[in-house]
Amino acid sequence: MLLTLDHLTVDLPGAARPLLDEVSLRVAPGEVVGLVGESGSGKSTTAKAALGLLPGGATASGTVRVGDADVLALTGENLRRHRARTVAMVHQDPRAALNPVRRIGDFLRERGADRTRAVELLAAVGLSDPERRLRQRPHELSGGMLQRVVIAGALAVRPRLLLADEATSALDVTTQAEILALLRTLRAEQGAGMLFITHDLHLAAAYCDRVYVMYAGRVVEERTARALFAGPAHPYTRGLLSCSPTLGDTSRTLLPIPGRPPSLSDSFPGCPFAARCPDAEPECETWRPVAVDLPDGGTTACRRVPAAVPAAAERSTT
Amino acid sequence: MKDEALLVADGLRKTYALPGRGRLTAAEDVSFTVARGGSLGIVGESGSGKTTVARMLVGLVRPDAGGVRVDGRPREARTPRRKAARLARAREIQMVFQDPYVSLDPRLTAAQCLRTALRLHGRDDGTAAELLDRVGLGEREAASLPRHLSGGQRQRLAIARALAPGPRVLVLDEAVAALDVSIQAQILRLLDEIRRDTGVALVFVGHDLAVVQHITDEVLVMRRAGSSNRAPPGGF
Repeated sequence: MLLTLDHLTVDLPGAARPLLDEVSLRVAPGEVVGLVGESGSGKSTTAKAALGLLPGGATASGTVRVGDADVLALTGENLRRHRARTVAMVHQDPRAALNPVRRIGDFLRERGADRTRAVELLAAVGLSDPERRLRQRPHELSGGMLQRVVIAGALAVRPRLLLADEATSALDVTTQAEILALLRTLRAEQGAGMLFITHDLHLAAAYCDRVYVMYAGRVVEERTARALFAGPAHPYTRGLLSCSPTLGDTSRTLLPIPGRPPSLSDSFPGCPFAARCPDAEPECETWRPVAVDLPDGGTTACRRVPAAVPAAAERSTT
Repeated sequence: MKDEALLVADGLRKTYALPGRGRLTAAEDVSFTVARGGSLGIVGESGSGKTTVARMLVGLVRPDAGGVRVDGRPREARTPRRKAARLARAREIQMVFQDPYVSLDPRLTAAQCLRTALRLHGRDDGTAAELLDRVGLGEREAASLPRHLSGGQRQRLAIARALAPGPRVLVLDEAVAALDVSIQAQILRLLDEIRRDTGVALVFVGHDLAVVQHITDEVLVMRRAGSSNRAPPGGF
């Protein structure tokens, strides 16, 4: 397994609930795994944990492994090498990832690409006239072009794991489609695994092999992309699907999930989704979510989904 | 004039001078109509000029050529100096922006914000509570400053604020783009209800065709500098 998160819990002093609560997640080499949720669900925190980056003052329990390395135990040079070579992250805003006074060429050279490779990389991410781009500065390029540069930088180090955090959300749909296709081919060429974070459930279902849905710092459902779309098991996943507009489907009315996504000051004695759940029963308010196996191999953490066998990886801890 | 559409944009054109020489054409010959209580979507990629068109409708950008008519009355390119004329102009078209935080006064609570807008237009400021209720904000939110409201609540307040003068047309520029999907669906539904109940016409500018077609009767697709296709949603 390339990336393994095992019962990762991250606590912040002053927060009413853990930032991450018993998150278990796997990414195999060559696999594209989606991580879906609304703001505050903990998806970015989960991805950053793979880099050994936790919020200041946070305490963590559980393990994060990338390959053989225990990421949370890495320090000094080993941690730097891990962040610089093994894992690469692409953020939503490319302008924040690039130094505005340095040239594109410097950015790529910093990541160990020589001139020839830098030109190759820029051509590979679909930028015209790569020779000239090397001499340009970030302000001379559009957002879509800059995101391509950042992806070229991420690929320059030949990472084993690629973390894409809303990497295409700020782009035009046509640019988005190009960059998504690009990420998939380049990732396949280098044999890297990818954790693809998005708020767009439809995009995740179309793009990823497997999808994790997060809510209030917990994984509420883990399914293959097809199964998630065809038969979502958790009411939150169903809610997300029925409130996302889709093309060519205007007759369907959107069914909003009532209320708002929980913040860090909301704490829950039971299932965090109970207050917004259309199917909630009084028992849900006190039931501490435990993931159960689904017949098709996924897992979900809903009290009302018949518990066949508690999932092996998620034995109850309380 | 009886059967003319509520909002008519006729041959709107806007260019900007580029450093050095030459001009950038942001919009070229954009024409469309919106019926009373109708709903038009404008979609396009960044740089296609959709925001420029929205701003020309409201009067934040002065077109080089073409004009906008509301109810058969042409809108002056320049904001009139007299207060009465200015207010009358504001009652024709109101706008909701993408980021509600910067479009709200940080020192006014939700209720104060609405009362100010209502008083300015000579309307009964007692209807503020009604407006808040209309957009689904309760008493706690009414007494809150914008920074204590969530993104979705702020956008609800921005919509209530835009409705306060009783406009004929509401122009929304990427008004749900920054919201979580569950909140986005709530706002889309709210806009639909408001259109049905008050008969206000919507011009909904966005980049996401799936979202736009959900709330509009007709969609205008903009390509680089100019309008091109127009079709009912589902016609793509």
